[in-house]
Amino acid sequence: MSEKNFSKEHEQYIKKLKTNRFNVIATRTILLVFFIIFWEVAAELQWIDSFITSQPTRVLKTLVNLFTEGTLFKHLFTTVLETIIGFTTSTILGTVIAIILWWSPFISKVADPYLVVLNSLPKVALGPIILVWVGAGPVAIIVMAVLISLVVTISGVYSGFTDVDEAKITLVKTFGATKLQILTKVVLPASYPTITNALKINVGLSWVGVIMGEFLVSKAGLGYLIVYGSQVFQLDLVMTSILILSLAAGVMYQIIAYIEKKLIPYK
Amino acid sequence: MPTPVLSIEKLTKIYHSLNGETLAIKDFTLDIGEGEFIVIVGPSGCGKTTVLSILAGLLFPSSGLIKYSNDEVTLGYMLQDDHLFPWRTILDNVYLGLEIQNRATTENKRRAELLIETYGLGKFKQHYPAQLSGGMRQRAALIRTLAINPEILLLDEPFSALDYQTRMAVTDDIGSIIKKEKKTAIMVTHDLTEAISLANRIIVLTKRPAVIKQIFDIKLTSTDHSPTQNRNAPEFMNYYNEIWKELDVHV
Ligand SMILES: Nc1ncnc2c1ncn2[C@@H]1O[C@H](COP(=O)(O)OP(=O)(O)O)[C@@H](O)[C@H]1O
Ligand SMILES: [Mg+2]
Repeated sequence: MSEKNFSKEHEQYIKKLKTNRFNVIATRTILLVFFIIFWEVAAELQWIDSFITSQPTRVLKTLVNLFTEGTLFKHLFTTVLETIIGFTTSTILGTVIAIILWWSPFISKVADPYLVVLNSLPKVALGPIILVWVGAGPVAIIVMAVLISLVVTISGVYSGFTDVDEAKITLVKTFGATKLQILTKVVLPASYPTITNALKINVGLSWVGVIMGEFLVSKAGLGYLIVYGSQVFQLDLVMTSILILSLAAGVMYQIIAYIEKKLIPYK
Repeated sequence: MPTPVLSIEKLTKIYHSLNGETLAIKDFTLDIGEGEFIVIVGPSGCGKTTVLSILAGLLFPSSGLIKYSNDEVTLGYMLQDDHLFPWRTILDNVYLGLEIQNRATTENKRRAELLIETYGLGKFKQHYPAQLSGGMRQRAALIRTLAINPEILLLDEPFSALDYQTRMAVTDDIGSIIKKEKKTAIMVTHDLTEAISLANRIIVLTKRPAVIKQIFDIKLTSTDHSPTQNRNAPEFMNYYNEIWKELDVHV
C-alpha cells in the first residue's frame, strides 16, 4: 500500500468513500442540532410545556449551576466510581467463575440449571433484599450493579471459552501443554474478542445496576439527582442528569472499545 | 533394517460412547527405522488419525506397546490445518512449542528463527498469519513443529486443506525440508501421488478396524529423489496402480 501513483478510478473510489463518511457525520450533527433547536423553539413558543419537558437553555443553566455549586462532579464522580467498581468486580468475578466452569466440566454441568435460572431472573427484584442485607449505602448500589451484570459476564466469557477451536487445543497438547498452559496460551487469548464483547454488554448493565441502585438508595449520584429532580418536579435537573449520564456512559464505552483495540491488534 | 527408532506392537484401540463401542485399530504392528519416511494410507474413517494420536500420546491405547529407541525422544505433530494462532505473529507462533516445553532459551529461539530464515519466511516473521498465503502458513506450521527439534514427525494429512496446485508445491517444499532435516516421519494422506513421491514405505490399511493390509517398499529410480522428480520416475505409475487396487475403493 506504499504506492503513491493510484489510478484515477482508485482516487475516485477513495473520494467517494470520504464523501460518504462526511455525509453521515454531517447528517448526524444536523439531526442533533435540529432537535435541540426545535426543542428550544417549541418550548419558547409554548407548543410544549417546558415545566415538564424542560428546554435546552434551562438544561444549560442547570448545568452551570450544578457546576458552580460544585455538586456536579460530586454526583458524577459517585456514579462513575460505583459503575467502575461494579463493572470491574463483575468482570473479574465473572471471568474467574467462567475459568472454574471451563476447568471442571463437572462443576459446569452441576451449575448449568442454576445459571439459567439466575440469568432469567430480573435482578432488580432482589433490590429490597440487598438493602436489607447490606444496608442502604454505596455497597448496596455496587452489589446491584454486580448482580445485574455478573451472570451475563459468566455466560459470555464461558461460551467464548467453549467456542475455542478444539484443534488448537490439540495442537498445544501435542507439545505437551498442561491444563494451565492450555488456558493461558490458547483459551484466554482466543477468547479476547468474546470477552471484550461481554465487557461492552457488561459496562451497559453496570450502569443499569448503579442507576437502579441509586433510585433505591438515593443519597448521591446521577440516579439520585434524577429521582430527586422528579420528586420535586424539577425536570430541568432530571434532563440535565440524563444528559450527563449519556455522556459518561458514551465515554466509558469508548474506553472499552479502545482497550479492545489494544488487546486484539491482529483484527 | 537397523534398530528401529520406534516399534509398535499389537496396538489396539477401542472408542467408547453411550451408544456402544468402536474398534478403531486392531493389532497394529510396525517397526520404523531412523530417517524413514512412512506413509499410511487407508479408507477414510479407518483409524489413521487414531494411530497418530496414540503415537503422539494424545490418546491411550486399549492395549499394545509403543517402544521408542530412547526415552527422551521428542515428537512433532503436524495437523491438517495450520492452526497458527491469529493473535501471534509468525515468529511467536513458531516459538509456541518451545514456550510450552519451557525450552524458550535464547539459543533455541535463535535456532527457530534460523529455520524461518532458511525456509524463506524471514520477511514475514513479524506478520500475522492472516497476512500469509495458505502455502506459506503451512510452511510456518512445519517450522513451528521443527522448532522443538523433534526426532520423529507425525503428519496427519498436512496438505489436504490446500488447493491442488499449492498442494503440489507445498508437498515438494515440505518433503524436501523434512529430508534435509533428516527427520523420521510418519505421514497420513489420502493422496497416492503425494504418498509415492514422499515415502520409503507405504502402509495400506483396511477399512475399520484398521489392520495392516500390505506394505509397499518404494524404490524409485529417479535422479535426485526430490518429490517432483519422483513423480516422473518410471516405477511411479506401477506403484500407483498397485496401491490403488489394494485400497479397494468402492463408490
Ligand atoms: N473420540 C471418538 N469417539 C468415538 N469414535 C471415534 C472417536 N474418534 C474417532 N472415532 C471413530 O474411529 C474411527 C477412526 O477414526 P479416525 O482415526 O479419525 O479415522 P481416519 O483418520 O482414518 O479417517 C472412525 O470410525 C471414527 O468415527
Ligand atoms: Mg483422519
